[in-house]
Amino acid sequence: MPFMTYAEASRAAIAEEMRRDPAVWAVGEDLGRGGVFGQYKGLVEEFGPERVSDAPISEACIMGAAVGAAMMGTRPIVEMRFSDFALCAVDELVNQAAKARYMFGGQTRVPLVVREPIGMWRSSAAQHSQSLEAWYAHIPGLVVVCPSTPADNKGLLKSAIRCDDPVVYMEHKNLWGLEGEVPEDDDFTVPIGEARVVREGGDLTIVSWSAQVHVCVKAAEALATRGIKAEVIDLRSLWPWDKARVLASVEKTGRLLIAQESVSVAGFGAEVAATVAERLHKALKAPVKRLGAPRAPISYAPPLEDAARVSKEMIVNTAEGLVRT
Amino acid sequence: MPAASRAGSRAPKGTPRDPAKKTIPNVLQFSKEEELHAYREMLLIRRFEEKAGQMYGMGLIGGFCHLYIGQEAVVVGMQMAAQEGDQVITGYRDHGHMLVCGMDPKGVMAELTGRRGGYSKGKGGSMHMFSKEKNFFGGHGIVGAQVSLGTGLAFANWYRNNGRVSLTYFGDGAANQGQVYESFNMAALWKLPVVYIIENNRYAMGTAVTRASAQTDFSKRGLSFNIPGEQVDGMDVRAVRDAGRRAIDYCRSGQGPYILEMQTYRYRGHSMSDPAKYRSKDEVTRMREEHDPIEQVRRRLLGEWKVSEDELKTIDAKVREIVNEAAEFATHDPEPDPSELWTDVLLDA
Repeated sequence: MPFMTYAEASRAAIAEEMRRDPAVWAVGEDLGRGGVFGQYKGLVEEFGPERVSDAPISEACIMGAAVGAAMMGTRPIVEMRFSDFALCAVDELVNQAAKARYMFGGQTRVPLVVREPIGMWRSSAAQHSQSLEAWYAHIPGLVVVCPSTPADNKGLLKSAIRCDDPVVYMEHKNLWGLEGEVPEDDDFTVPIGEARVVREGGDLTIVSWSAQVHVCVKAAEALATRGIKAEVIDLRSLWPWDKARVLASVEKTGRLLIAQESVSVAGFGAEVAATVAERLHKALKAPVKRLGAPRAPISYAPPLEDAARVSKEMIVNTAEGLVRT
Repeated sequence: MPAASRAGSRAPKGTPRDPAKKTIPNVLQFSKEEELHAYREMLLIRRFEEKAGQMYGMGLIGGFCHLYIGQEAVVVGMQMAAQEGDQVITGYRDHGHMLVCGMDPKGVMAELTGRRGGYSKGKGGSMHMFSKEKNFFGGHGIVGAQVSLGTGLAFANWYRNNGRVSLTYFGDGAANQGQVYESFNMAALWKLPVVYIIENNRYAMGTAVTRASAQTDFSKRGLSFNIPGEQVDGMDVRAVRDAGRRAIDYCRSGQGPYILEMQTYRYRGHSMSDPAKYRSKDEVTRMREEHDPIEQVRRRLLGEWKVSEDELKTIDAKVREIVNEAAEFATHDPEPDPSELWTDVLLDA
């Protein structure tokens, strides 16, 4: 299996899907030069500017036009560059894309992929660092995907492009350069809604997604040296999310820790915690714990930015506390 | 086709017109068949809307319901200019657009009453219907949001090179939304086949155009993007079709978007809950008496075309029958099953 970066994997996914299906096209700002993170590099050369379209800085119209074109049966990939910028187009996404299928009684579908990179990216500050996945998980009619590895970024992006409903596809900016093995097979996809057990263990379940998964794995390695076997689950998609996998794991371990990079208050971790508390109350050996960012904007200065992160040490300490109770 | 007169559809420059003052001469001719067609289509909308208003009063229709009465010539004239396969998209004052697209009045009325036989199975209501078969793309409830979607329909036409044109309707109120100008720029930049039809009915909800718009000549709203625009007497179905043909031909030939400001008037309030006290009764009365789009055609049919009162009565009776059947269906069709709550949400949830 070849090694690829997370960005290269997404590029491969788009190229394969564009070769497979002429209805697939991409639109966004600066795609012609390869995208602001190089995630479209080489695509305009292969597919031409009609299919890899450079748009004006007009997020609302980019999103709205893509919704219209999707209703016509094309399959747009919309690039928003930062989830923060996508807020200019929330009406088109939440009021139009998410509602059309239902409110028109199934008369239309909106096969749209919206790429909204999330996450802290050194000193990007308050308006270029947000992780807003929970917003979209809250909206009926939207699929929400948060890949954490190059292989998943390829397989999930392909699934998202093939999905007949609007998908909010949230890559993490800090992962663009992450390398990993990625299947070359054109038919390789990762189904949306299936979590991945990154590491097995019987003492405690750690649920996470996106870049935070990698911190959880490091924490689990540290815990292992202290005799604690943590099972790490990468949700991969937040809606639909793999309840069955999480519930089965917590039933086995009796302990749950959720670690997320996004703000903890009203975050998706709360949904996971509530679901487990409702269904597995008797199986729990300790209270469910959540770790996430404080409810404060992300800072520019590195020490302040780091203060908002969920660190390996925080995970290790919290996990130890859960297991030792 | 009679000689198209560009001058005939242009309003004089300068201050905004008095809505009740006729300034545009009717010089555009229809054939008798065209007059009859326009008469029947406009009458169907009017009777349908009157019935919807009654049914709202009876409690059979709830929520938001925006009637098209007074504006019928706009959508009828435009549809006479359009070709099979051209798309229509609009906001929430959408019943007339659906009817002229050929959607079944029963399905539209049953959606208004929230029944399972409605176009959206009772899940959309007055503002949200869609018909892939009739190329009607909604029915949208957020002011101005359909403008970028309509631009996207045009993008898909361009992408597929299918020769179709997107007819994107919005009001004078929506014309002040920001995304309209993002859409203008993108459509002009990429030469997308879209006619932006601004239905200027003189009131954005309850606010008069002159109180809400710095530039009340909406045909000029695309000037900085080099989008041609015209002001059209939207109460004269012939002027509408004439300008519509010009605009649609321009778009279909690959030259990019076109703007038509339709100067029209709504007789009823913004929605059913609006008593429209922001304008005088006299203003409404004058518009109805002097510029009614249906009455104009009716007068010509009886005068120039020597159609008898009886013939018109036959048409009226047929239209009433269609509307009554729709109302009957919409009253007795069952309400949706609660299980419908969970259909068409997502692939897998």
